[in-house]
Amino acid sequence: MAAIYSLYIINKSGGLIYYKDYGSAGRMDTNDSLRVASLWHSMHAISQQLSPVSGCLGIELLQADTFDLHCFQSLTGTKFFVVCEPGAQHMENLLKFVYELYTDYVLKNPFYEMEMPIRCELFDINLTQAVQKDRVAFLGR
Amino acid sequence: MMYVFNRNGVCLLYREWNRPLRTLDAQQDHKLMFGLLFSLKSLTAKMDPTSAVEKGNLGMPQLPGQGCSFHSFRTNTYKLSFMESPSGIKIILVTHPRTGDLRESLKYIYNLYVEYVVKNPLYTPGSPIRCELFNTTLDQYVRGIA
Repeated sequence: MAAIYSLYIINKSGGLIYYKDYGSAGRMDTNDSLRVASLWHSMHAISQQLSPVSGCLGIELLQADTFDLHCFQSLTGTKFFVVCEPGAQHMENLLKFVYELYTDYVLKNPFYEMEMPIRCELFDINLTQAVQKDRVAFLGR
Repeated sequence: MMYVFNRNGVCLLYREWNRPLRTLDAQQDHKLMFGLLFSLKSLTAKMDPTSAVEKGNLGMPQLPGQGCSFHSFRTNTYKLSFMESPSGIKIILVTHPRTGDLRESLKYIYNLYVEYVVKNPLYTPGSPIRCELFNTTLDQYVRGIA
């Protein structure tokens, strides 16, 4: 099954609020992951500007030689993106599922401050479960 | 639409066949496009999960072909396909979002570039392309694959 290398969540201003690495050789330290997240936020915005047709919502899929990057943007501007193997299936469904987990375990948590880094155990646990399940069979959503 | 840039960011060619919306003037548009591609290349080289080699910091200029490079990205309204030759010539095609993999087409266009532009004795490298033959063949090819 398709392997996921890492998952990022960025808030509407472009700051990184969650980063999880699932075993890539190119593991990044905190500073680098912050930089990569802000860079992605800006690229997403610029790609909207360059659209030849109106109504562009930004990059959904970036394909490179050794990995694919799928991005999902919620209506509030929070972006969820996942770095995975080229040709991975059902990443959009996974991202929508992560968004559901985010709303359930992070937003409904009364101690969580908006736009701050996510430190919710339940979110971590459920997320790991979801990603592991993906390695077996994540279909039918 | 299609863009061709050289390694210094000079836009050698810009052709459009169907573009309903234009938000910026031509110069700004070219600069923005080149900037986006430069940064995306830097980003993909840094984010490459399969390379354990110590990569330079974000923003360090990369040689063409060094490190992992992206070949296309897709939004809900368009798909952009990108190819960089070893000499730093970047070819970009902006198409409908449901277009397939255009890497072979980009290689073919690069060959057209070599045949009609580079071998043209009146062409100076680094200047905008003004070869009629290249333009006509390119139009024919693109209309063929569209």
